[in-house]
This record gives sequence, C-alpha cells and structure tokens, in this order.
Amino acid sequence: MAEVVLKNLSKSFGDTHAVSDVSMEIPDGAFVVLLGPTGAGKTTTLRLISGLEKADQGEVWIDGRNVASETPAQRDVAMVFQQYSLYPHLTVWDNLAFPLKSPILNTPKDEITRKVTEVAEVLQISHKLQNKATALSGGEMQRVSIGRALVRDPSIYLMDEPLSSLDAKLRTDLRVELKRIQANLGATLLYVTHDQIEAMTMATHVGVLNEGKLVQYGTPREIYEDPNSLYVASRLGIPRINLLPADLFGGVPTGTVQIGLRPEHISQGDGLEAEVKRVEHLGDQKRLHLTLQGHAITTLANPDTQYTPGAMLKIAPHKPLCFDANGQRIR
Amino acid sequence: MAQIQIKNIRKDFGSFNAVKESSFTIEDGEFFMLLGPSGCGKTTTLRMIAGLELPTSGEIYLDGEEISQLPPSQRDIAFVFQMFALYPHLNVRKNLSYPLVSQGMARADIKKKVDEVAGILGIHDILNRPVGGLSGGDRQRVALGRAIVRDPKAFMMDEPLGALDAEFREHMSEELRALHDRMKATTVYVTHDQLEAMQMGDKIVVMNNAVVEQFGTPQQIYDMPATMFVADFIGSPSMNFLPFEGAVESGGAHVELAGQKLAVPVQRQGASGKLVFGVRPEHVALSDTGGYRGEVLASEYLGTTQIITLGTANGEIKARVDSGQVAKVGEKIGLSFEAPRVTLFDETTGRALRSELNEGVLAHG
Repeated sequence: MAEVVLKNLSKSFGDTHAVSDVSMEIPDGAFVVLLGPTGAGKTTTLRLISGLEKADQGEVWIDGRNVASETPAQRDVAMVFQQYSLYPHLTVWDNLAFPLKSPILNTPKDEITRKVTEVAEVLQISHKLQNKATALSGGEMQRVSIGRALVRDPSIYLMDEPLSSLDAKLRTDLRVELKRIQANLGATLLYVTHDQIEAMTMATHVGVLNEGKLVQYGTPREIYEDPNSLYVASRLGIPRINLLPADLFGGVPTGTVQIGLRPEHISQGDGLEAEVKRVEHLGDQKRLHLTLQGHAITTLANPDTQYTPGAMLKIAPHKPLCFDANGQRIR
Repeated sequence: MAQIQIKNIRKDFGSFNAVKESSFTIEDGEFFMLLGPSGCGKTTTLRMIAGLELPTSGEIYLDGEEISQLPPSQRDIAFVFQMFALYPHLNVRKNLSYPLVSQGMARADIKKKVDEVAGILGIHDILNRPVGGLSGGDRQRVALGRAIVRDPKAFMMDEPLGALDAEFREHMSEELRALHDRMKATTVYVTHDQLEAMQMGDKIVVMNNAVVEQFGTPQQIYDMPATMFVADFIGSPSMNFLPFEGAVESGGAHVELAGQKLAVPVQRQGASGKLVFGVRPEHVALSDTGGYRGEVLASEYLGTTQIITLGTANGEIKARVDSGQVAKVGEKIGLSFEAPRVTLFDETTGRALRSELNEGVLAHG
C-alpha cells in the first residue's frame, strides 16, 4: 500500500473542464471518498490516477514516484467499475484468480489458492466459487468484481460507485463490510460516489468536487459540521439543510446573505412563529415541514411529540451557518 | 372522491398464487401505500382495484358499489404508471386534453379544465411545448395532469417515482404529497421503498409473498410490527433481532438473554422455545452500567447520529447513538435497551407476541 499525491491536476475534454487544478494527498491506509453530483469530475480523477486518461497538466505521484510515463499496469492500481465486467465463460474461482495469473504478477499456485479462498470468505461468496459468473445475482456479481481487485495487493484501490447498482439492503451490508476489509488490510482506497451516506459512513477523508474543482477536503465530521461553502453544506445531510435569507431571524455577521440551518439545529419553543404544514413519522425521527413567512423549513422533532398540520410553533436558529453573496462561508 | 373496500380478494395466475385472501379499507381522501419487495403481489393488488386484472375471488367496493368485475373504463379510476406514457407527437396541452376529448367534453370546458390543472401542477408555461423536449420531472407532471383532468374517484400510482434519481425523487415525493393535500383525492400508491412509504403515506399495507403482513399508520407499523418481516423491512437500519431460547409468561415483564435479565413490556401472551428479542437501533444505548455486553465492531458516522455495530452473545446488533459519543472498535461495552419499546417474536411463526405495547394494534390486525 502506498501514499498517492495529486498536484495541480487538470483535464479538459474539448471545452469542458472535467478536472481543474486538483491537488490532494491520499495518505497511506486512508479511505478517501470523492463526493459530487454527475459531471463533477469524480470519475475522471480516478481515471487520471489509474492512467486510463492522460492529464493535460499536473502530476500524479504514487508511492513517491511520478507516474506520468507509466502505463496503467505499471502503476500498480486495482480498479473496480460501476458495471461489473466479469468473464462470463469463467467460474467465480477463475474470475477471482485471473488477475493473479497475469504475466506481471505471475503468482505461485498455492498462493493463488490461499488468496482466492480468503477473499471469497470475506465477501461471503465461498459457496458460489464453482458457479459460472453469469449464474449469479447482481449483488453477487458485484462482490466478485470487488473481490477481483482485493486478491491483488496494489498501491491503491480505485473504486467507481461499486455499490450503486445493488439494492438498498445489500448496499448497507457491503458498506460496513468494505470499511472493515479496508481497515483490516490497511489498504489505501479512493472511492467515488454521489451517495452522501456512503461518503459519511465509510470515509476517513471526504473530498467534495464541484465542476471539476476540489472545493473541500477533510474528515466527514469537518465536512458536515464545518462546511466552507453553501455548496458543500447542501451536499451533506438528510433532510437537506434549510437555506434562508439572512434577515429572517437577524443576528448574523455583516455580509451574510443566506444562512444555512441544519434541521437538527432549530430550537423549538422560542423565536418566530411558524406553521406546521406536514408531519412525517419516520420511526426513529419525526420530520416537521413548516412555513415561516413564506419560507419552507424542515426540522426534526422527538418521535413522541404530537403535532398536527395547522399548529403554530415557535422556532429559533441554533448554530446557523452564514454565507456571503458568493456562497462562501462567513465564520 | 371515494372509499375503497377490499374484501378477501385473491388472484391466481395459473397455478401461481399472486395474492392470497386479503382485506383492507382505504378511506376517502387517504394517501394509501402498498409496500413490499418485488414479487409480493402489491402491483397485482393495485391492478385489480383499477380493473386491469380481474380477481379470482373476492370483492372490491368503490363507494359501496361492487366493481371487481367491471371493465376499467366504468370504474372512474385514473392510473399513473412508472414509465410515463405520453403521446410523443402531441404537445403538453393536447396530451392533457386527450382524456377529456375522448369523453366528448365541450371545447370551452376542456380549455378551462386543462388550465386549472396546469395551474395546480405549475406547468402553465410549457403547455404549448412538445413533450419530447421536456425534462423527466415535467414529463411526470404532465402524466399526473392527465390523470387529474378527469376528476376520477381515485388515483392508482405504480412506483411513479421509481425511474427518477435520488435527489429529484425526494423533491417530487414532496410535491406529490403537497398536491394530494390540496386535492384530497383518494390515492393508492405502490412502492418497494420503505422510506417513501413512511414519508408520504397516511396508511401502509405491508405485503410479502402474496400475503398482507400488516396494515396501519406509519407509526403503528414502525413501533408495533406484527411480524418479523415487517420489523425487518421497515426502518434503516432495520430492527435488531436477538434470538434466544427461553420462556415468557402472560403478565411477565422480563426475559433472560445470555444470563442477563432484560425488561420487556408487560406480555399479554405466554410463549416458550425459540424466541426473538426485537429492538430498534435508536432504542439501544451504550452504558457502562448495562449488564448486557457487546464488542464494538464498526461505527458509521451520519452527521448528528452514528450507527454502532456490536457483537453480542446473541449475534450482531446496531445502535443509533449521538455522534458525539466515542466508541472505539474492539472496545467491550455495556448495552441497555428501552424496555417499553421492545417487541418479542416467536421465531417459528415469525409473529410478534402480544404485549402492553402492541395489543391495541395487533388485536384488529
């Protein structure tokens, strides 16, 4: 495993700046998640590291080497794609063993047996090892394709939304599993997703991308609690952060145009009068949809409280995040 | 608008039984969810109400009138499909007018009605656009509009948001619910997404393997699950199940797990043998005094809360706790459970045991 460093990396396709001036350090053993909507440059960044794309500008350093002149194979990275591309004519065992048999790695036979058995165990596909790859469910196929990366011992694992095609339950299980595997192996992993839950739950570091730029890089907690822009603040949090004009509640620093209020950062019983529009009972929490002077606000209430639509409720901001006219945070 | 009553309805496709005898009532003006995994019979149930399938046996009452054998056109029910089927060669206004034209309504009335519906949906500015160039959301609005113009007695919706991406889906679900609150139309909505069902529904029917597992408000279904299937299907993460061998008496308020006496709601039903202690993640607390012990296996940060996975003598358990609380992987820690919120299940039947907590719901469930 190794440290990976990106220095001022840029890549354009025609007029589109897919990645612009991205610099980041992926420490040895870190689980880094790149988060952003479609078109933010997440996948291009992965492909630049793996060598599937050539950077217009900037450098990629893996384990202390500038890899600009190296082929994807020489870079020693393992990539998992969103679409599992297994060899349909081979069994699960042969699919998993395939990378180890490549001329570059040329692994001894008993080592292959040991590795494949171990990885199959971890991914809970041991009982399907003799199946043809096509005789598996979608979830199993994706586990095999993750497994095919795990059998190797590369400098870094690169994963491009590997869980997005799985159903909700399996995704939850594999999230915990993947994090456990990464921690046990001490692997360096760069993971791309647009799913904020995956980013929050698995990452040691989150990089938020917007239109090709890395707009914030930090621990999930830093990104959630201390976002540096309105864009970052609205990427994380369910329900979404409430964005309100600065003068609604007042008491904010000069230059503030909008405030961001997380649903859990609204205190009840004091402040301005809001009307309850709808109550959603979600079991572990109760969501209140309010309107205050024409602004829709979502907040949380204790599951045991009884509110009905039409009721009035006094609310006040608690720890508001302040943003200027450009959406930058005012601290 | 209307009340819909389903009585002992059953559907077989050849030798395959898609829906077993099911009964429930959809009250006038309700937003009613049919929830379950794929293949559970929810779509078949919806199609029987709409008249797209005829039940093998049983009755369906729409406002007191038995309609189960009537053709769809005589039922006065509008159907919105997952794939919005619009006429690609017509513009938005003509797509909306079509159901009215085919009913033979006067032109001036049609124009008035279409304008009114366009106002409700906020699509006035696109009325003269061809549907081909519309965004996914606008197409879905037009599809809804075409159902609304007819003023039907009820709406049937089959995963209408299933094809949309997550962010937009949340937006549309809020919009759909707000629309329902304005129109108060009886709506039956099929989904496999438990969060969508909890968020939007007034009542939920949970189906599995052609059987209605439970029928109630989101709160009842979540807090007082009738079966282990329901407890597992609703909630994310789902309810923890700690299987144990033991016994509990009617009137008892304790069970013994791994040598620890744990409090439960006063039981109304005795049972023994293979039982399951069911507790939601948010009703599990980490405490130094808790006699029941677990080892921290993983933690997942979720903003204000975090999910801690622990290994215990009775299997893995997840706890939802404040994200400020520190739990290190490998640490052994005491657990306590919020006793009044615990449900006991009989593992063999999968059914909840009646207790002080759930007797009101299970009695008529």
